[in-house]
Amino acid sequence: MLSTPSTSHVPYERVYEPAEDSFLLLDTLSSSSETAFLSQRFPSTPAQGPSSPAPLILEIGIGSGVVLAFLTAHAQALFARRDILTLGIDINRFACVATAQTVAKARPQSGSSGAGYFLGTAQGDLTSAVRPGQVDVLVFNPPYVPTAELPSLPPRLLGGDTDDKVTREKKTTYKEDSTLLALSYAGGRDGMEITERLIAALPDILSNRGVAYLLLCAQNKPDEVKGRIRGMKGGGPWRAETVGTSGKQAGWEKLQIVRIWRE
Amino acid sequence: MKVLTLNFLSCAVKSCKSSSDSFPLHPKDAELVSDDVELNQQLLVNLLPRIDWNALRTTSTELGFPQLPEQPPTAEELQADAKMLKDLHTLLMETQINEGKLVCGHCGHEYAVREGIANFLLPSHLV
Repeated sequence: MLSTPSTSHVPYERVYEPAEDSFLLLDTLSSSSETAFLSQRFPSTPAQGPSSPAPLILEIGIGSGVVLAFLTAHAQALFARRDILTLGIDINRFACVATAQTVAKARPQSGSSGAGYFLGTAQGDLTSAVRPGQVDVLVFNPPYVPTAELPSLPPRLLGGDTDDKVTREKKTTYKEDSTLLALSYAGGRDGMEITERLIAALPDILSNRGVAYLLLCAQNKPDEVKGRIRGMKGGGPWRAETVGTSGKQAGWEKLQIVRIWRE
Repeated sequence: MKVLTLNFLSCAVKSCKSSSDSFPLHPKDAELVSDDVELNQQLLVNLLPRIDWNALRTTSTELGFPQLPEQPPTAEELQADAKMLKDLHTLLMETQINEGKLVCGHCGHEYAVREGIANFLLPSHLV
């Protein structure tokens, strides 16, 4: 059992608190079938021929950073190599700050020998600032709850000079905090509006050997989503398989992790 | 963020994606800090095949580091060159951009970096 990174320093009034979905990602990524898949996909031991290039791991929507810190701290256990690079992106600057701390706290715990390399975090809209064809493992725990509307980032928190003051002094209003949290869960129609944008970017963003882990809930209509992914253009054929589930209700999986890759 | 990150980012403006000038972003007024990271030779060797060397040379020069050779070393050359290992390690793994701006060479948009975190969110007229 690999240790779960501590997130006790994270301001949960404006950053998503680790919940069942976060822990399902940890369980799935550390399952024996996924660690076997990943170490085969990104081979590093001489017995398998020359090492493959150092993998780049990108998490979108890092929140507290619990998943990214887990992947960084336990690189050797998860990927059978420690020359992995990890990078996190979130629309919420407070999540970027919190994640940097979560990774820093988690890294020494596991003993430096098994940990990977953390590049940092950046504030951004999904993968818009990511150079095409570079991401080897993409992890996304999206805003998946069906909602009537999509929230937008409070203007003061978008950036520019006031952003600096607001975020440094942590003087957000209650309303701004509520919107930051809403951004972490509100997914619009079928809870899929943000996820659809990410899926559409995958052919561009993933490297040829790239793999994405996407969390879906039952209301997202996961079977239809997987079907659409399998029909995507841009290399391929594309595969989409459920590799982790939790929260069985009357035979339905409440949450699932879909692994997406090119054959 | 580590300097190496610049090898994996480009301008967030959609119409810039097709331009080669949108990568790498150019640091401006960059305040650098240095972390102590133990040198991992295997990491550097396995980074070589995935780094855009020309972009890295540009970044390195713009940040005031010694000019990198025109061609990347081969894995064997790098393993035998303690100075090159150390230089690349310092540049890629130890150096962080803490404050400053990242500028797109195509549209000129400046992305602020504060306390090590770059902000790639765009004002609504650029989205």
